Amino acid sequence: MTLLEQWITEIIDPYYLRILILMGINIIMVLGLNITTGVTGQLSMGHAGFMSLGAYTSAILTLELGIPFWLTLLAGAAVAAVFGFIIGLPALRLEGDYLAMVTIGFAEIVRVFFLNFEPGGKAVGLSGIPQQTTFSLVLLLTIVVIFFTQRLLSSRIGKAMYSIRENEIAAEACGINTTHLKVLSFVLGAFLGGLGGALYAHYMYYINPQDFDFMRSIEMLNMVVLGGLGSIPGAIVGAAILTVLPEMLRIVAEYRLLFYGALLVILMIFRPNGLLGDIRLYDLLKGKRKEEVKACQS
Amino acid sequence: MLLQQLVNGLTLGSTYALIALGYTMVYGIVQLINFAHGEIYMVGAFVGLFLVTAWNVNLGLAMLGAMAVCMMLGMTVERVAYRPLRGKSSRLSPLISALGASIFLSTLMALLAGVNTRRYPAIVDLSSYSLGPVQVSSMQVIILLVSAFLMIGLHMLVRRTRIGKAMRACSQDLEAAALMGINVNRVISYTFAIGSALAAAGGVMVGIYYNAVWPYMGTMAGLKAFAAAVMGGIGSIPGAMLGGITLGVLEIMGVAYISSSFKDAIAFGILILVLILRPQGILGQKISKKV
Repeated sequence: MTLLEQWITEIIDPYYLRILILMGINIIMVLGLNITTGVTGQLSMGHAGFMSLGAYTSAILTLELGIPFWLTLLAGAAVAAVFGFIIGLPALRLEGDYLAMVTIGFAEIVRVFFLNFEPGGKAVGLSGIPQQTTFSLVLLLTIVVIFFTQRLLSSRIGKAMYSIRENEIAAEACGINTTHLKVLSFVLGAFLGGLGGALYAHYMYYINPQDFDFMRSIEMLNMVVLGGLGSIPGAIVGAAILTVLPEMLRIVAEYRLLFYGALLVILMIFRPNGLLGDIRLYDLLKGKRKEEVKACQS
Repeated sequence: MLLQQLVNGLTLGSTYALIALGYTMVYGIVQLINFAHGEIYMVGAFVGLFLVTAWNVNLGLAMLGAMAVCMMLGMTVERVAYRPLRGKSSRLSPLISALGASIFLSTLMALLAGVNTRRYPAIVDLSSYSLGPVQVSSMQVIILLVSAFLMIGLHMLVRRTRIGKAMRACSQDLEAAALMGINVNRVISYTFAIGSALAAAGGVMVGIYYNAVWPYMGTMAGLKAFAAAVMGGIGSIPGAMLGGITLGVLEIMGVAYISSSFKDAIAFGILILVLILRPQGILGQKISKKV
């Protein structure tokens, strides 16, 4: 592992390495949001809240208690997952945009909480977090997460989740426990969001409540929708493109966000279902689109 | 003390209500959360500021000018970012398009006007009157009166005019309305225009009331107003008014009696509580699912 890391830092330019690491972290988090929003169809616009919980939990554990890195990663993800469970509960009664509003509210409450949280350094944030996230670790975790979500989505549970998105009443009538699965989708999404947040905190040295604002949630939602809802390769491509795009737009300097906004509108007009809507990893490997999924939708 | 906070809350609440109306009207017809709406409110505040500083107009003219500009802006955003997507995709892609438009508008304004907070020159006499124990500033009176006037106007428009009737028809069933010969695209355009005009009026008044205008002021105001619209029951016009005023009053009460550093958290906390207790919002109608 360390040998690989040494070799990589030698051959890759630090700037590109940084982009690659952030891309990996984004892919992990977006795969999480994809389970909640893309597969199960529960619109979550507060994914940054989970990221924030993971980042702060792991950073505080590292700085205050000196707990081993891998344990703080797990703890950050676990705390986020617990909150995912709590946020998943109202999802049982709420639908669509009402649910979206609750998730936005949740992320804002988390942000305001950390703005006033003494051990988290309040508005100043936490600094001096040891940089323990390495490229090889992110790469390994990204592969593990891709493998895990791929297995999940092709399992009975994953198919049941797709069916909730397509038609909740029909799914329920087929004997699917929609209650459990909706909450589960929030827990899994939050877990990966928290994991990504913990990795992010241990890569950036410094975190601040404003790092996890509404714009961050939106950015992740953009990645899921741009890539294509419910598709693992889509989430990967979406996360990769939208991580690299702002970097490429650095040439246009202060007009960067202007182009970013305009590109979102244009991409949605020309590819309304995302770049790879509902294409599965398996289909790409086999080189064909699965008619099964298409048939499911109609 | 309580009465004073109530007056402050009503003032804040009526500006939330003005913005929330735009969200709810658009949502009622096309089921789209128009995330660019907060930015239209921001542009309104800037247009008002420009008119006041460059041409020395009074408050009324500044508001009318801002409303006119934002009407056109709202219609343009609809034409460019939403109409091409209508009816050919999932409900999420217009949402992303709306977010893109919102990022575009706030960045454009930051480039044009700079990111610094700007202040309105003193065009309104900021003295305050005491009514018994309550201090009311003249700007508060203006906000309350103008908001009430605009809301009554909107109510008349929706209830009494042809275009209002067309809007109600579209919100019931877009396809059936089109079959009855209503030009649906034009109705949607007008809806965006009216909502944007209300937001612009709110923007100018809030800019003067808090004496601060900056390019990213629309994000939080938009989120709060959307929260108000959802709380009142999204799609319902009286719901947006009630939701806005309730949210404003409760937020001010929370700041006064709990803690000012948790201001934003209080508003969203209330919203979540309301939705858990009453998932369709205060005045929203429970839609039974069709099988």
